[in-house]
Amino acid sequence: MALLETHGLTAFYGDFQALFGVDIALDESETVAVIGANGAGKSTLLRSISGLIRNVPGQIRFDGREIGALAAPDVLQLGIAMVPEGRRLFPSLSVEENLLIGKYGRVGNGAWSLDSIYDLFPVLKERRHQPGTALSGGQQQMVAIGRGLMSNPRVLLCDEVSLGLAPVVVRDIYAAFPKIRATGASIVIIEQDIGQALKVADRVYCMMEGRVTLSGTPATLSREDIHAAYFGAHAR
Amino acid sequence: MSWLDTILQGILLGGLYALFAAGLALVFGIMRLVNLAHGDLIVLAAFLILLLVSALGLNPFIAAAVALPVMFALGWALQFLVLNRTLGNDILPPLLVTFGLSVVIQNGLLEGFSADSRRISAGALETASLQIGPISIGTMPLLTFLSAVGVIVALNLVFYRTSLGRAFRATSDDSATAGLMGIRAERIFATATGLAMMVVTIAALYLGTRANFDPTMGPARLIYAFEAVIIGGLGSFWGTLAGGIIIGVAQTVGAAINPEWQILAGHIAFLLVLLVRPRGLFPRAVD
Repeated sequence: MALLETHGLTAFYGDFQALFGVDIALDESETVAVIGANGAGKSTLLRSISGLIRNVPGQIRFDGREIGALAAPDVLQLGIAMVPEGRRLFPSLSVEENLLIGKYGRVGNGAWSLDSIYDLFPVLKERRHQPGTALSGGQQQMVAIGRGLMSNPRVLLCDEVSLGLAPVVVRDIYAAFPKIRATGASIVIIEQDIGQALKVADRVYCMMEGRVTLSGTPATLSREDIHAAYFGAHAR
Repeated sequence: MSWLDTILQGILLGGLYALFAAGLALVFGIMRLVNLAHGDLIVLAAFLILLLVSALGLNPFIAAAVALPVMFALGWALQFLVLNRTLGNDILPPLLVTFGLSVVIQNGLLEGFSADSRRISAGALETASLQIGPISIGTMPLLTFLSAVGVIVALNLVFYRTSLGRAFRATSDDSATAGLMGIRAERIFATATGLAMMVVTIAALYLGTRANFDPTMGPARLIYAFEAVIIGGLGSFWGTLAGGIIIGVAQTVGAAINPEWQILAGHIAFLLVLLVRPRGLFPRAVD
C-alpha cells in the first residue's frame, strides 16, 4: 500500500468545486511531480493534503490513517510538511528563526537540523541573522524548503518552488532535491515547469480542471501525451 | 529641587502605567485584539489579591504570587473559550464582547465586594522611603518602577529568545502558515492572554497597595494603558514604558502646578505626542 494516497478527492472553496475525484499515490522514498496549468487544481490538492483545506476524512490516507479532515498542525505532527506557494516566510523572524520554527510542532528523528540545512544551502548561514524577507527570491525559497525539512518529515509537499525565480536559480534549488531524497523522504512537487518536473520525479501526474488527466513515469510519457493532458488539446 | 522631585515621582508613577499597558500591548501585538475589559481585569486581580490577603492573612506579595497562576488560567480560559470565537476579519465582535465583559466584571465585583473603596495594606513598606541627597523616593513607587522594567525585560526575552516567542510572532504574521509549522493559533492566543493576565496581576498588586480602588475604576485604568501603548508605538514593550513615563510625568507636573490639572495634563501630553508622532515613539517597522 502506498504511503500517501487520495481516493476520489473532492475539494471546494465555498460553492466552487476545485477538485473532482482526484486519485494519486505516493510510495515511501518516492518523488512524484504534479504538473498542470494555472487553475488545474494542483495547489488545491496540496492544500487539501496539508490540512489547510478540510476534506472528507477517507479521501486522503497517510500510512493507513484517514487524514482528510485533520487540521494543519495535526497533519504536520504525523510527518507531512509543506513548502507553501509564494514561500510565505514570517517577516518578523530572522532567517534562522524561520528555520527553527519549522520544528515547532514536530521534531522527527532524521538528518535535518540547522547545521545540515546550512550545509545544504550554505548562503543561508551567512545571512542567518537577517530578516527572512530581506533575502532574494531564490534564497527565500531555500529558507522555505529548509523550514519544511526541519521537522524531518516523511513527506515533503513543495508547491511551485520555481515560481517567479530565474532559471539559473531554479537549477540551484533543484540541485538540492537529490540530497533531500537521499535522506529517505518522499516528495510531492508541484510544477508548471514540465522540464524540471520530469527531471526530478519518479512518476508524474498531469492535472487539468480539477482532474488527473495523465500519469506515468517520465520515460513512458511522450511530449504529445503531456501536451494533450496539460492543455486539453490534441497535438498533431 | 522640588521640580526634580516632581519629575522623579512622575517617572516612578509611569512604571505603574507601563504595567497597565504591557499586557494590553502583548495581546494587541499578537492577535490585534483590543481588550476593553483590560482595566476591569486589573481591578478584578486587585480584588483577588485583597481576598487572599484578608481571608488567608497573606503578605500582599505572597498573595500576588498565588494569584499569578490563577489569573494565567483565567486569561487562558477566557481567550480559548470566549475571545477566540470573536477573532476574524471584522474588528467589531471582539470590541463588543470585551465591552460586555467589562460590564459583567464591574457588576460582578459590585455584587461581591460592594461599592466601598478598598486598599491592600502593605504594612511598613507603604511609608518606607530611600533618602538620596535632597530627594526622598518611596520604596513602593520604586518597587513599582523596577517591577515594570523587570516585566518588560522578561516579555522581551520571551518574545525574542524563546520558541514560544517565535510562535507568537509567526502567528501574528500569518496564522495559516504558522499552522503548517504545527502552531495551533488558538492555544498561542490563549497563552498570550494568560501571560497578559500575569502582568495584570503584578499591576494590580501595585495599584491596590498604592491607593484605594473600587469596582468601577477599571475603565480609567484602561485609558491610561491605551495612551501609554499608543504613545510608545503599537507593538513595542519598551515603548509602553516610555509612554507610561510621559503620562506619569505629565500628571505629576500638572498636579504640582494645580491639583485639578493632574488627569487633564496626562491626556494633553498624550494628544501632543499624537500630534507630533502619530504612529507613536517606537513604531514597529512591519505593519
